[in-house]
Amino acid sequence: MPKDAGDAKLLFQSLNKAYAATPTNLKIIDLYVVFAMATALVQVAYMGVVGSFPFNSFLSSVLSCIGSAVLAVCLRIQVNKDNKEFKDLPPERAFADFVLCNLVLHLVIMNFLG
Amino acid sequence: MAWRLPPLAVLLLLVAAAVAPLSSAVRPVSDAHRSVAAELFAASPDDALCSLETTYEAVRTFKMLGVQRDKGLDGKACKLAAHTLSSSSSPAKDLFQAVQIAGVLGCSVDAGVYDDVASRLKAVIKDTDSLLEFYYSVGGLLSLKEQGHSVVLSDADSTFHAIKALSQSDGRWRYDTNSAESSTFAAGIALEALAGVVSLSDAEVDPSMIGVVKNDIVKLFGTIKSYDDGTFYFDEKYVDGSEYKGPITTSASVVRGVTSFANVVSGKLNIPGEKILGLAKFFLGIGLPGSAKDCFNQIESLSLLENNRIFVPLILSLPSKVLSLTSKDQLKVEVTTVFGSAAPPLRVNLVQVLGSDSKIITTDSKELQFDLDNNVHYLDITPLKIDVGKYSLVFEITLQDSEHETVYTTGGRNTESVVVTGLIKVDKAEIGISENDAGSAESVEKLDLLKDTKVSLSANHLQKLRLSFQLSTPLGRTFKPHQVFLKLKHESKVEHLFVVPGSARQFKIVLDFLGLVEKFYYLSGTYDLELSVGDASMENSFLRALGQLELDLPEAPEKAPRPPAQAVDPLAKFRPQKEIEHIFRVPEKRPLQEVSLAFTGLTLLPFIGFLIGLMRLGVNLKNFPSLPGPAAFASLFHAGIAAVLLLYVLFWVKLDLFTTLKYLSFLGVFLVFVGHRTLSHLSNTTAKQKTA
Repeated sequence: MPKDAGDAKLLFQSLNKAYAATPTNLKIIDLYVVFAMATALVQVAYMGVVGSFPFNSFLSSVLSCIGSAVLAVCLRIQVNKDNKEFKDLPPERAFADFVLCNLVLHLVIMNFLG
Repeated sequence: MAWRLPPLAVLLLLVAAAVAPLSSAVRPVSDAHRSVAAELFAASPDDALCSLETTYEAVRTFKMLGVQRDKGLDGKACKLAAHTLSSSSSPAKDLFQAVQIAGVLGCSVDAGVYDDVASRLKAVIKDTDSLLEFYYSVGGLLSLKEQGHSVVLSDADSTFHAIKALSQSDGRWRYDTNSAESSTFAAGIALEALAGVVSLSDAEVDPSMIGVVKNDIVKLFGTIKSYDDGTFYFDEKYVDGSEYKGPITTSASVVRGVTSFANVVSGKLNIPGEKILGLAKFFLGIGLPGSAKDCFNQIESLSLLENNRIFVPLILSLPSKVLSLTSKDQLKVEVTTVFGSAAPPLRVNLVQVLGSDSKIITTDSKELQFDLDNNVHYLDITPLKIDVGKYSLVFEITLQDSEHETVYTTGGRNTESVVVTGLIKVDKAEIGISENDAGSAESVEKLDLLKDTKVSLSANHLQKLRLSFQLSTPLGRTFKPHQVFLKLKHESKVEHLFVVPGSARQFKIVLDFLGLVEKFYYLSGTYDLELSVGDASMENSFLRALGQLELDLPEAPEKAPRPPAQAVDPLAKFRPQKEIEHIFRVPEKRPLQEVSLAFTGLTLLPFIGFLIGLMRLGVNLKNFPSLPGPAAFASLFHAGIAAVLLLYVLFWVKLDLFTTLKYLSFLGVFLVFVGHRTLSHLSNTTAKQKTA
C-alpha cells in the first residue's frame, strides 16, 4: 500500500539521520561487525553449495567470524560514551582487551582449522 | 589329591626338574661343516667382486677346517694380498687382512714390502686414538712377527694405556675417545689388541695393568646371557639399528679377545668353566651356518676354544638319538673336543633316565664302557628294561686325571633326549555290527591287523559298528600311540575321520549310526574302512584297509546339509589364488577447484568493502604519536600484533601447538609490555586534551 511504503521510507530516513550522529569510532566498529558477518554468510553459502566435508574447518572459520563480531560488539559497548555502565573504563583499556581476546580467539581457531 | 603323593617324591621331582637342564643337540665340527663352508665361500664367477674381507675370511676358515682350496683361487688371493700390501693408500684394516692372507697361503712377498708395511702400521699406532685402528695395526704387526719378520713395538706401555683408557666400568669398551657408547664387540677387539701389544713389546708390560684388564674380563663375563640348556652367549646391551652385529659376531669377538689375552699372560683368568663350555655349545648349536660371515665366526671361535689356556671344553654328544629295541641298539655317547678330537681319559656315567613328564625311570648310576678304537662310550640298555617312548638321559662326566680338572671343562651333568623304538604287538582285534538296544546280539569277526583284510559288513542306521583291539609294547605294557584313526570313505569320496579312544585295557570305538546320520549327510552306500595307528616310537606304524561297509541311511530331508564339494585336484590350494579386491573407504567428494577459488574471491569481497567503508568514513592516522619514543612503541605494538598473526599462519602451515605456544609466550610478554606503554601514552594524551 503506498502509505506503508511511504512510512517505511520515512522510518528509514529518520534512522539514517540518527545514525549519522554517532561518533566515527563507533561507526568504524559497526563497519567491522558488518564485514565479519558478511564473511560468515559467504562461508555458509559455500558450505551450502559444496557440502560440509571438513566440518571442523567450516566450524572454525564461521565461529572465527562470529567471534570477531561478538568481540567487536563488546568493544563498542565499552567504548560508547553514552553507556553509563562503563563510564570509568578508559577506551584504551577496552581496546587492549579486544586485541588480547582476538589473539586468543585466533589461536584457537588456527588450532581447530586443521 | 596332592596330599596322597609322598612329599619326598614330590620334592625329588622338583629337584630333578630344576637340576637337570634341558637337552641340547650339538655335534662337534664335522665334514658337514666343511662342505657347507665350501659352498658358502664358493668363488663367484666374476672375481672382481671378491673383496679383500671375504677372501680373508675364506682363506682363514679353510685353513682352520683343514680344507684344501683350488690352487688357482689361492693364486688370485695372493695377488690381491700383494697388491693391497704394496699400495700406499691401503688403510690399516686392509693391510691387516692382506698380511693374514699372505701368511696363511705362504705367498711370496718382497721383504722390503713387509718392512714398509710394518713401519706404516707402527705410524698408525703412534698417531691414532681409535680402537679399530689400534686393533688392525697391532694385529698386522703380530701377523708379520708370526711369519718370521722381526717386529718389536717400542713404548708398548703407552699403547697399552691408550687402549685401556677406552674401557668402561662394566667391562665393555668404547671405540674412541669421542664416542660415548660402548659395546661388547669393542671389548673383544680391545682385548685382542692388548694381547697383541703384550706379545709385541720388548719389555714386560706393567703387571698391575694386566691385573686390571683381568678384572675387566671378569666384569665382561658378568654381562653374559644364557639359554636354559646351558648355552652362554654375548649380545649387545643396546641395539643400535645400523650397527647391530648380532650374538654370533659379538660372542666371536669376545672369544677371540679373551683366548688371545689368556694365551699371553701368566696365571689363570678367573672365568668359570661352565661359561666357556656354554660358549662352545652356543657356537656348535648354530649347526650348519647360513652365511659366510657366520661360518667364519663360528669356525674361528671354535678353533680358538679347541686349545685355549682358560678351559678346553669337552662336548658330550650322541651319534644317534634313536635306539631300536628290535635291533638291540646300544646307547653310544661321544665325548670330544669341539673339533672332534679325542678327549683325555674320562668316565661317563648314566645317572638318571627321565621319561616324558619328567617321571624318573631309573636312578642307579651305570658306567658306560669305553671303546678305544671308535672313541665311543657305550652301554647296553636291555638290562635297564626301558620300554618304547621318549626319554631324557642324564649323563655325568668325570675326568680320570685330577690334574685335567684345571685344563678341561665338562659341564658336570649333561642331558640328552633319545627316542626308544620297538615293534608294537597288535592283537585281539575284532570288528562287528551290533543291534542298538541289545548288547549281546553281535556278529563279530576277528581281524588280523598285520595285513590288509577284506571284511564285508552291512548295517542300517539303527545299528552300531564296534571295533576293538589291543596294543602292547615289547615289554608287555599297554601302549598309547600318538595317532589312532578310523576312516570311513564313501564311494563319492566324502571322508569321515574318528579317533579311537583307548583305555587301560584296549582301544575300542563304537559308531552309533543313529547319531551320525546327519554327520554322514544321509549318504547311503558303500563305505571303505581304514584304520591307521602311528607313533614316533612305533616301528611298525600301519595304515590298513579293513574292508567295506554297506550302510543304509534314511532319505535326506529337504533342509539337510549337502556334503561339501570334493576337491577335484587336491593340489589346487597351492596354485595362485583369486585376487582379493580390498574395499577402501571412498574418499569424500571435493568441490571443483574453480568453485573453491571463486568462493575464496567472494570471501575477500567483504574485506574490500570494509576498506572502502573505512576510507569513506575518513579514517586517518592523525592520532599516531609524533614524538620518537612513543612512536617507536606504537610501531612496535603494531609490529608485535603482525608477528603474532604471522606466527598463527606458520602454526597452521607447519608448526605444532607446543612450539607455537612457546613462541607465543615470548611474543605475548613483549606485546603486553609494548601495548601497555603505547596505550597508556595514548590515554594520557587524550586526558591532557580533555583537561586542556
